[in-house]
Amino acid sequence: MNQIPILVRVFAYLSILTVGGGMAAFPEMEHLTVTVHNWMTSSQLVHMYSVGQLAPGPNMMMIVSIGDWAVWKASGSMTLGILGGLVVIVAFFGPTALLALVVGRAWNKLEKWPWRKSIQQGLASVSVGLLLAGTLSMAKTAVTGWTTGGIALFVLLMMLWRKINPALLVLTGAIVGVIAFMPK
Amino acid sequence: MSKTTITPADEKARVAAARAKVTIFDIFWQFLIIGATSFGGVVPYLREGLVTKNHWVDDKEFVELLSISQSLPGLNATNMAILLGDRLKGWMGAVAGIVGICLPGGVLMLCVGMFYRIHGDHPYVTYMLKGVAAAAAGLLLATVIQLGKKSLSHQFDLVFVLVTVLAVNRLHLGVPKTLLIVGLVAIFFHYPRKSEKESVKQ
Repeated sequence: MNQIPILVRVFAYLSILTVGGGMAAFPEMEHLTVTVHNWMTSSQLVHMYSVGQLAPGPNMMMIVSIGDWAVWKASGSMTLGILGGLVVIVAFFGPTALLALVVGRAWNKLEKWPWRKSIQQGLASVSVGLLLAGTLSMAKTAVTGWTTGGIALFVLLMMLWRKINPALLVLTGAIVGVIAFMPK
Repeated sequence: MSKTTITPADEKARVAAARAKVTIFDIFWQFLIIGATSFGGVVPYLREGLVTKNHWVDDKEFVELLSISQSLPGLNATNMAILLGDRLKGWMGAVAGIVGICLPGGVLMLCVGMFYRIHGDHPYVTYMLKGVAAAAAGLLLATVIQLGKKSLSHQFDLVFVLVTVLAVNRLHLGVPKTLLIVGLVAIFFHYPRKSEKESVKQ
């Protein structure tokens, strides 16, 4: 139960780091959930994130599992685990939702402010950098050899060359994984 | 984009008419459907549901809201739900939108997490997850490249990208400090100039 205030703090903090996308917060998320609070291991976190790509809706919904897992591990209760998942969603989406509401309403005034464009352009490069940093730390766990490297490269090229639904590519990865790693 | 021949004025009238009839429940329901069906990325489904099907917003406003949501922290999907919901029905519309879009994926991931907790070390689940994680890594890299192509306006921006990656992954400066330091430098690099020679590529 005492995990809940910690979850609120951690995910409200991660919330404001998601500049450019959820993955921008990944290095910090990995540090806090794996190293600091021992809620799960690196590979468990990467697994949950990756399976989350198969789910519809916002692509960071796997945070629900972190909250559920953290509270369940500490209390052994399934009900409290679900509460942990709910708490994490509110903490993770609350701060940015409020900001979006406020900025969305003030946008007409902000549009004429000359620095708005500077902020947008400046943050664009940093957010691409943060996403790339998150991607690389995630790939360090996910890509461990020729097979996983091949799958990642295949998906990358398919995404850049053809317009294929990403969820289908992730599903293909699952099938290739079973075929490739299955004991012969 | 549009197959039929409607003038912008017609479209505006249609949007105004559709918007007048929207209820909080309509918003919740539409976002719930998008939340349950948007496999592989939310934005195209949002456009389909809100612009094409229901005419709650026109394309111009949709693109404008998308650019706001991209420049704010937070996920595109949830920011769009907030911005669109608020335009349609105020803060209650925003709440209906974000709850609707998060609910299906959230429940699904809760179940997946519980299943993984019990069966995660089953060998076949492990093989599958190895493949899934590798595919997700490739997917992410593609997203970064596509976003970079679209949103970087100046060659020097690549330096900021590189410095950000090094600061986070090599110097372990942490995301907040990196965001603050590199972000400020990059913003001042793009200080408001009188003549807009380097306009943003949309």
